[in-house]
Amino acid sequence: MDIIINISGALCLFIGSFLCISGAIGILRFPDFYTRMHAVGVTDTLGAGMILIGLMFYSPDFLTFSKLVMILLLTLLIGPTTSHVLAKAAMKNGLMPELAKTDHDKNKDKEINSSNS
Amino acid sequence: MKLHTISLFLTLSAFWLLNSAHNTLLILLLGLAAIALVLVITHKMDVVDQESQPLYLTPKIFSYYLWLIKKIIQANIIVVTHIWLGSKSISPTLRWIKISPKTDMGKVIYANSITLTPGTVAIDLVDDKILVHALLQKDIESLLAGEMDRRVSLLEH
Amino acid sequence: MLIAATLAIFIAMILAIVRGIVGPTLYDRILAVNMFGTKTVLLISLLGFVMGRPEFLDIAIVYALINFISVIGILRYSDTNELKHLSHDKKSLEKEP
Repeated sequence: MDIIINISGALCLFIGSFLCISGAIGILRFPDFYTRMHAVGVTDTLGAGMILIGLMFYSPDFLTFSKLVMILLLTLLIGPTTSHVLAKAAMKNGLMPELAKTDHDKNKDKEINSSNS
Repeated sequence: MKLHTISLFLTLSAFWLLNSAHNTLLILLLGLAAIALVLVITHKMDVVDQESQPLYLTPKIFSYYLWLIKKIIQANIIVVTHIWLGSKSISPTLRWIKISPKTDMGKVIYANSITLTPGTVAIDLVDDKILVHALLQKDIESLLAGEMDRRVSLLEH
Repeated sequence: MLIAATLAIFIAMILAIVRGIVGPTLYDRILAVNMFGTKTVLLISLLGFVMGRPEFLDIAIVYALINFISVIGILRYSDTNELKHLSHDKKSLEKEP
C-alpha cells in the first residue's frame, strides 16, 4: 500500500514538473504576448495542479492535506483572473496580437498581387 | 438572506479552524469574534446575497466541474504538443463570439471557463458577446460549436 | 523525486526570469513576473516537504495572495495615464529595429 502511494505521488510530481518546464519553454519560444499567455495557462492549471496533487499523496496528516487543497483552489481561482486582467489591459492600451492569415486574407493577398502584376 | 449568512459563517469557521489548528478556548473565542466582525461588515456593505454565495448552483455545479476538468486536461495536451512543435504550427485567432447565458453569473462562469482552459483567453465581455483570443483556429471552432455554451446555460436555472 | 521536482521548478523559474529581462513589451514582463510568483508558491511547498516541515504551506498561501494583489495593483496603475505613456514610448522605441 505504501509503495503504491509513493509511486503515484512520484508520477504526479513528474508530470507536473514536465508541464511546468514545457510552459517555461513556451514562454520563451512563442512569438508575441497573447500566445505566451496560453503557455502560462498550462503551468497555472495542470502544472501546479499536478504538483500539488503529488504532494497530497506525501502529506502526513489531514491538516497538511487540507492546506494543499486550499493552495490548489487559490491557484485555480487566481490564474484565469490574472490572465484576463492582463489581456484586457494590454488590449486597452493598444497592443495588437499577431494573427495567423485566414483563407480570406490569403485570397485578398492573391488579388492584390494579381492586380499589381 | 438568512441562508446566505449561515453559509458564509460555515465557510469562515472552516477556514479559521483549518488555518489555525489550535484548539484552546482563547483562540476559538478570538476566531468567533473575528467571524462576527466580518459578518457585521459584510452586512453593512450589503454584499451577502445570491451573487457572493451562489447556493442555487450547488446541485448541478459538480458534474460541470468534472466535465471542465476533462476539457482542461485535453486542452493542456494540445497546447504542450504545440509548444514542442514550435511557433510555425500555431494559428492565433481573435474573434467575437455570441453567448446565450442571460444572467451575470452565467456570463462570468462562461468567460472564466474559457480563460481556465489553456489555449483560449476571454479578453472582453460586452452585453452578449465575448472577445476570445485562441492559440489555434480549431479551438475557436470548437467554442462556436457550442457545447460549453449549452452546459453553462443549463446551470443557470 | 521531491528533490528532482524542486530542481525542475527552479529551472522553470530561471527561464521565466529570462523572459522577464528580455521581454519586448511591459506586459511580457508583468506576465513573466506573475509566472515567477506562481512558481515560487510551488517551490515553497516543495521545499517544505523536502525539509520535513509542512508549516511552510502557510507561507505559500500568503505568497499566493500577495502575488495576486501585486499584479492587480500594477495593472490598476497602468490604467492611469503615466504608465500608459511609458508603455507607448517603449513600444515605439523597441519596435523600430
